Amino acid sequence: MTELDRRQFLQLAAFGGAVFSSALPGVARAAADDFYFVQLSDTHWGFEGPENPDAHGTLPKAIAAVNALAEQPDFVIFTGDLTHTTEDGRERRRRLAEFQQQARALKVREVRYIPGEHDAALDQGKAFSEFFGPTHYVFDHRGVHFIVLDNVSDPAAKLGDAQLAWLQADLQGQPRDARIVVFAHRPLFDLYPQWDWATRDGAQALELLQAQTNVVVFYGHIHQENHHMTGAIAHHSAKSLIFPLPAPGSQPKRTPVAWDPSQPYRGLGFREVEAEPDTPRYVLSELPVTRG
Amino acid sequence: MAVNSLRRAIVIALPAAALAQSEGVLELHVVARRFRFDPETLRVRAGVPVLLRLTSPEVPMGFNLPDFGVRTDIVPGKEAQLRFTPQRTGQFTFLCDVFCGNGHENMSGTLEVHG
Ligand SMILES: [Cu+2]
Repeated sequence: MTELDRRQFLQLAAFGGAVFSSALPGVARAAADDFYFVQLSDTHWGFEGPENPDAHGTLPKAIAAVNALAEQPDFVIFTGDLTHTTEDGRERRRRLAEFQQQARALKVREVRYIPGEHDAALDQGKAFSEFFGPTHYVFDHRGVHFIVLDNVSDPAAKLGDAQLAWLQADLQGQPRDARIVVFAHRPLFDLYPQWDWATRDGAQALELLQAQTNVVVFYGHIHQENHHMTGAIAHHSAKSLIFPLPAPGSQPKRTPVAWDPSQPYRGLGFREVEAEPDTPRYVLSELPVTRG
Repeated sequence: MAVNSLRRAIVIALPAAALAQSEGVLELHVVARRFRFDPETLRVRAGVPVLLRLTSPEVPMGFNLPDFGVRTDIVPGKEAQLRFTPQRTGQFTFLCDVFCGNGHENMSGTLEVHG
């Protein structure tokens, strides 16, 4: 089902109370394994600063926006930097707890989390794991194999040999053409190492993934949309929910994009990813925090 | 050009102590603090070998100069050294690439290579 089909369907459904499997004229019928998920990223709970005067209000607004979607996603994933860095372990746990409390307001039952360096690098993921479990894991959903990688708990931004071996073993259990979606916080490729937008041993992970024919990667960290191919693998970064960052290398320093009071929340938002049933296609829709 | 690359090859082969004394090597000291490099701007000449002597008084840090393919970890209590010969002129970013705390993102500097 294309994005347009789903939009048309949602509109029709909204007006007519139709159900998904109805034979609506001109609208393709969804296959059983058609589904979509929502990616939210870089919420930096605990951040304070002029870059976002509504630092406490943005995440709740985004959660309300997800809850207001006409059709709920199959799951929601937060791709890291749930909280903003603090050196104090107790404060880190307080921020993680507050973040978790906020996320519980999501109507979606299945919510998944991965750490960002702000959550995990100073204690190697210990506090994150207390709240959200393992920092790297796999799960399967409607014929798609999802792999969550942790390239942040090591402060040197390494996946590390143990995780790479784990990835290799997992991929060996998958058919070569398995539908695979990878989530990571940082880019696995060298997007712009001058701003630390890279993973030290990311090339080794990509080498393993390149052996598969059907892989797509979603990540966060860079607080903006970016789309990039390495071989046959597409990499899509998500917008942030705290402040946008400039395009890679577009200015000397990686200073956040200033808040514009005339266009609040500009550059912030979340993403819908629709997995099509029979083709390895994903339809991405970028949605704002608030419809201003 | 040929002279420069020959000189570079020789310099790299020398041990650090000899390097510091050898003529034509620019030796620079850099301190990696939370959360800035001191100094933040390094001025060097194209074709002149550079020896960076890096220390970190507080926590483990990184020094990464991606445009020249050089990086090192900086561990407190131990001097790290980097040798390279910049051949291109311009301004190049170096950064800390080991997450070191709230302020890590601001930890970068500029290598100015003059002709
Ligand atoms: Cu640092």
